Amino acid sequence: METATVETKAKKSQNDKNSHPSSDKRFKQLDITMKRSQYRQDALIEVLHKAQEVFGYLEDDVMTYVARGLKLPLSRVYGVATFYHLFSLKPGGEHTCVVCMGTACYVKGGGQVVEDVEKQLSIKAGETTPDGKVSLMVARCIGACGIAPAVVFDGNVAGKQSSEMVVAKVKGWQEG
Amino acid sequence: MELNELLEIGEKERTRQKEIRVHCCTSTGCLAANSGDVKKNMDKAVKDGGLGDRVEVVGVGCMGFCGKGPLVQVDPEETLYEEVTPEKAASIIEAIGGKDNGGTPVKGDVRHPFFARQMRVVRENTGKIDPERIEEYIAVGGYQSLYHVIHEMSPNEVVDEISKSGLRGRGGGGFPTGLKWATVAKMPGDQKYVICNGDEGDPGAFMDRSVLESDPHLVLEGMAIAAYAVGANHGFIYVRAEYPLAIARLEKAIKQAKKYGILGSQIFDSPFDFKIDIRIGAGAFVCGEETALIQSIEGGRGNPVPRPPYPAQSGLWGAPTLINNVESLANIAAIIKRGAEWYAGIGTENSKGTKIFALTGKIENNGLIEVPMGITLREIVEEMGGGVSGGGTVKAIQTGGPSGGCIPASMLDTPVDYDSLTKVGSMMGSGGMVVMDQDTSMVEVARFYMEFCREESCGKCIPCRAGTVQLYDLLTKILNKQATQADLEKMENLCNMVKDTSLCGLGMTAPNPVLSTLRYFKEEYEALLQENPLLAARR
Repeated sequence: METATVETKAKKSQNDKNSHPSSDKRFKQLDITMKRSQYRQDALIEVLHKAQEVFGYLEDDVMTYVARGLKLPLSRVYGVATFYHLFSLKPGGEHTCVVCMGTACYVKGGGQVVEDVEKQLSIKAGETTPDGKVSLMVARCIGACGIAPAVVFDGNVAGKQSSEMVVAKVKGWQEG
Repeated sequence: MELNELLEIGEKERTRQKEIRVHCCTSTGCLAANSGDVKKNMDKAVKDGGLGDRVEVVGVGCMGFCGKGPLVQVDPEETLYEEVTPEKAASIIEAIGGKDNGGTPVKGDVRHPFFARQMRVVRENTGKIDPERIEEYIAVGGYQSLYHVIHEMSPNEVVDEISKSGLRGRGGGGFPTGLKWATVAKMPGDQKYVICNGDEGDPGAFMDRSVLESDPHLVLEGMAIAAYAVGANHGFIYVRAEYPLAIARLEKAIKQAKKYGILGSQIFDSPFDFKIDIRIGAGAFVCGEETALIQSIEGGRGNPVPRPPYPAQSGLWGAPTLINNVESLANIAAIIKRGAEWYAGIGTENSKGTKIFALTGKIENNGLIEVPMGITLREIVEEMGGGVSGGGTVKAIQTGGPSGGCIPASMLDTPVDYDSLTKVGSMMGSGGMVVMDQDTSMVEVARFYMEFCREESCGKCIPCRAGTVQLYDLLTKILNKQATQADLEKMENLCNMVKDTSLCGLGMTAPNPVLSTLRYFKEEYEALLQENPLLAARR
């Protein structure tokens, strides 16, 4: 009888150690990812991918949680998070517009598309509109060169985009 | 699994396949133009027309003519339809059923040089098989090379065969693949790795994406053969995060191969074990560099490290590691199947085999082509590409991405092979080939590439970290008509310094676009210098 109670108590404190004090369910998803990689330190990038997917961006709290889970210094997690373009440390907008600036898209006028959208949204590429509705980003090449110029709207690739088409789409987001 | 079981699966699949196959491209490019709905509507039309016993609609990989997608090809009659809309999709099926009311989409010409002049070794099956079904790959002879290698060849014999074929690295380096394999094979140790480099970062290049999306099993087979040859038991495919469809198709392919026992332990009932894991990139061009890629798989920042030691000697987690590009690995099965001599018979003296190019930019026919090495740029641009779109004239062809150079129109008769392209100041690179016309400013192109390198520099070594910034600023000064002759000289000297002293390939080749445009388009730089108001004032 006594042994069973002790075991249960030990298990409970183990569970508590792994969960986030805010009991935000999203951290559980990070736990699953870390556990699936057996808490290996070299799984850092996979875990950060999951964190970005689940939280939308990597805030300090999330990075600290990952650092603790993988037993890495926070500086290492921060160093990796800031090295790769895909990871964002700031929240994104409700909608994202990614204009491809690969060579083929550039040669076919991708640069003009970026300029025109920047004007429409009154922000520069890499920023989010003050009302948080639209984020504008530039990608180095998404590999859709056959349908240049390419733009990604909320994860969906659209090809042969003109400035008019892209401006119309983001305008719809702003007003919607 | 035994050989007869493998062959039986193929036979069963061939019997299952309907007499008429309507191939609908479902790669990223065509999907972006709604080919998903095209396929759905065609499926419905087959059902509505009661043609299900003779006709099947198959979602296939990239057919290559990306500029005119969505593409649909009815086989075996080889009728190609271009720019198919979901509205017109059903009419294709009705035409098969005999009800051709003239409302079908525009037909393409499969005898046009764009298709006819190609030699499809790697892309033999793309556009003809469903990449999400391993049975279709097996039905066209898939995994038989792997079986042959495991049961009828020794690892050394495999390495020899690849060496004899003359295959050179298709990622851009052009290093003899057989030599790389031999180096890893010779290393002592039980733990070795094979890495497939799918971090296709060159802007304007999407050959590897196409292979991974359209024929993932071909790459898996190549990796397994490589692992057998060098003595590895674990493989990684490092794919860019920007290629979600490729990642999904690879995951599915690996799962299917594992189910059949073609990956995992005791493959084809032999003592050979090989498992493959996928690692996803996170948007860093520099991670295409071998040593940076290894750092990334190890969970760190993608900083390249000096070589030696080469990954072949000490790579992933210190173990001997073979790193090959997607296209390099995709050639392996064909070389084993048809022999090194056959492969060495294609191409030129020092550049054997075929190469896939992404022909894009201001060209009439945009897309992917696989051609034998040695073909001239003129043939590619004028005959296959159909010349500049909108009736303009070719000004330059850019090859090799940010590490390459611009080849002027006067040199269109340059043959496409590793050495010829290097001699004219460019390089083969991964296969990006961007056509520029009379409206393109070559100085702006140079700055475009320098901006890319500046953004993607890992920051570790000073020549690259500071050099790319300074070169970008000098190019901007020139474009803003504020530069002098002294600035131009300073820029050229800086280019050579960055080239000679950078730690890795990114820095060493970042000045190439500037140097190559200085070589062939100096007049454009001079013209901008002449427009400096200070110069006029001094006169």
